Amino acid sequence: MWKFHRWFERHSLILVVGILVVVSIGGLVQITPLFFIESTIEEVEGVRPYTPLELAGREVYIREGCYVCHSQMVRPLRDEVERYGHYSLAAESMYDHPFQWGSKRTGPDLARVGGRYSDEWHRAHLENPRSVVPESVMPPYAFLARADVNTALMGNHLRANRFLRVPYSDEQVASAAIDARAQAEPLNAHAYDFEQRYPGAAVRDFDGNPQRVTEMDALIAYLQMLGAGIDFDTYQADAPENTR
Amino acid sequence: MASMSRQRGGLDAWAIGAIIVACSYFALWGAANATDSAFAIQMWTALGAFLFGGALLTGVLGRGPALDQSSRYENGVIKAGVVASMFWGIAGFLVGVIIAAQLAFPNVLYFEEWGWTNFGRLRPLHTSAVIFAFGGNVLIATSFYVVQRTCRARLAGGLWPWFVFWGYQLFIVMAGTGYLLGITQGREYAEPPWYTDLWLTLVWVAYLLVFLGTIWKRQEKHIYVANWFYLAFIVTIAMLHIVNNLAAPVSLSGWFSYSLFSGVQDALTQWWYGHNAVGFFLTAGFLGIMYYFIPKQADRPVYSYRLSIIHFWALIFLYIWAGPHHLHYTALPQWAQTLGATFSIMLWMPSWGGMINGLMTLSGAWDKLRTDPVLRMLVVSVAFYGMSTFEGPVMSIRAVNSLSHYTDWTIGHVHSGALGWVGFVSFGALYCLTPWLWRRKGLFSNALVEWHFWLSTIGIVLYITSMWVAGIMQGLMWRAYNEFGFLEYSFVETVEAMNPYYIIRALGGTLFLLGALIMAYNLWRTATGKEPAHVRTADVPAQAVAAE
Repeated sequence: MWKFHRWFERHSLILVVGILVVVSIGGLVQITPLFFIESTIEEVEGVRPYTPLELAGREVYIREGCYVCHSQMVRPLRDEVERYGHYSLAAESMYDHPFQWGSKRTGPDLARVGGRYSDEWHRAHLENPRSVVPESVMPPYAFLARADVNTALMGNHLRANRFLRVPYSDEQVASAAIDARAQAEPLNAHAYDFEQRYPGAAVRDFDGNPQRVTEMDALIAYLQMLGAGIDFDTYQADAPENTR
Repeated sequence: MASMSRQRGGLDAWAIGAIIVACSYFALWGAANATDSAFAIQMWTALGAFLFGGALLTGVLGRGPALDQSSRYENGVIKAGVVASMFWGIAGFLVGVIIAAQLAFPNVLYFEEWGWTNFGRLRPLHTSAVIFAFGGNVLIATSFYVVQRTCRARLAGGLWPWFVFWGYQLFIVMAGTGYLLGITQGREYAEPPWYTDLWLTLVWVAYLLVFLGTIWKRQEKHIYVANWFYLAFIVTIAMLHIVNNLAAPVSLSGWFSYSLFSGVQDALTQWWYGHNAVGFFLTAGFLGIMYYFIPKQADRPVYSYRLSIIHFWALIFLYIWAGPHHLHYTALPQWAQTLGATFSIMLWMPSWGGMINGLMTLSGAWDKLRTDPVLRMLVVSVAFYGMSTFEGPVMSIRAVNSLSHYTDWTIGHVHSGALGWVGFVSFGALYCLTPWLWRRKGLFSNALVEWHFWLSTIGIVLYITSMWVAGIMQGLMWRAYNEFGFLEYSFVETVEAMNPYYIIRALGGTLFLLGALIMAYNLWRTATGKEPAHVRTADVPAQAVAAE
């Protein structure tokens, strides 16, 4: 048997092919079924694609590295469900490119932070976390309130998502730049159309500065919708299509 | 075979020149059409780097055709790698100390006007600097050294090894400055954006071909075991890097992109990558170092040839399955979690097989640990490897993971492997390489190595014990109930409780950094020493030996 190993030691290409075969098996067996087994993602109502402004907020969330300290994945453990709310479902992140489940809780989980605090609280907290939570170790993000959201490329953002099979309509893609503003400007002429295109999305001035649509608007809009839309009355954990 | 050794100004120079010209064009186009200022800065940086590269190449070619150097090993690129490793190592450790201090003293070390100094941006800078900049340079330099000696052939590809070296430095600079600008994919340890990923892919293919090309020129029948590990590291990292970074850019003139996969599939792909960045970058590659430098420094053969065969195949087969243990109790289907945990526990065996093979190589030479601090560093690294590869399987058990996950226990575990294993084995290899490459009898000072060893060891112990306490305590506080059946602690109370341990951790990291600074001084004095060159006999390719 040991003599057989000479093949690998004397022929570099056989060694390379051997390595490739051996390291491919695990990934193929674990990852590929997730794309084909239907029960991987549960049946549940209320999960919708992000609005353009929320998507811009998500970009800020990614850019600032929020995921290195905050998870977005409530585990089905008693204390977590009591602390954060219903455990997270796979369906809730089905439109997340990339996922932001996180791996560390230097700060609390954010999967269900939406609607938990007021916009004012978020504003004060993001500007200086220790002004509302003295023990916090979070960095300050006051500069977000001074940076305008770049709406020019919003259509490209939605198009890239649609290319990855997030179900945006032609109308949503075409009016993405308008919608990004309209969501933060309740008096905007397009606010009504926006609400028709994204039923259930919140329309309000998130950052308390009606003159501008800032990255603070975008980030708070994103945080306020996290985990808020899902309807757990329509989710049956014991249903056969959801047993995993 | 002799004809394979190339001269300067051949095909390699033309091809590298063409890459530089093409990439300069793309960079200029990107800078001119940039949709955001961060991307423009990145493209100007890249353009500057390509112009610098072009100037370097012209300078080399301007010196005219060089003599046939096939009778000598290529040492220049390895020397450059030693310097780069030390530089990035200190930079990465320093950023680590800074972010540790930020969590310990948030009132002092955050600056409202400087968003780029926030923890969220510096943390990827720290992880990438230590893993990819420090670790990557150590791996490239040592693999180039080892493959030449164990094949008794000069590095293949003429100027290509230099392309690999400088191309990799450019990858580091692009990634690192990008993080400060807020450019990230939001995937842990795969943060660099799509264009930086494409550049790394190109550099990595060149690296693989240089490595394989040298193996093809070898004057030994067998490929030495260290090279199996290096090869597995290079090939598997290529696979992981390409699949995990598949993405759709929003615009070809902007940095942001959306990952190809979403949600649960994306999570498993990312941790398949993430855990095997540990398995193949930080383990397989560094095991290649262990299999060459420990036998060399101890002057003993590897303990067991058969164990090394089992170690190799079992390790690379099992590691790739272990990713899902990062996703216990998440929305990942339970069958995948169970598979991940099972293979993680099995992984304990080949890991310890490798540890035994490394440690037992010292049979009959244990006394050298008393007198040779470099060998002691290498051996202690293997001991840390054994410790963290035992801790890892324990933490992959679901019940343990329900406590440890999301806490600083994970951070402590990572650092026992990163500081103890990867750090020490790299330090040991660099301490060996410096006198060998600069032709010195020995290091400038063994006493300074002793200082480095003890300072770093104390630093590591402070680091991992404080993180154990912090992590387990926080995990227990999160799940504590009072006598009325309510949660005992609010989240922020558990944050407050971390403070003393964060201070101890920062202190431990500072000691580790201090050790590295002492090391840099020692290596510098060794390389620039005044003593006459010390020629090591038989440190030449087989061809040159045959010619004599």
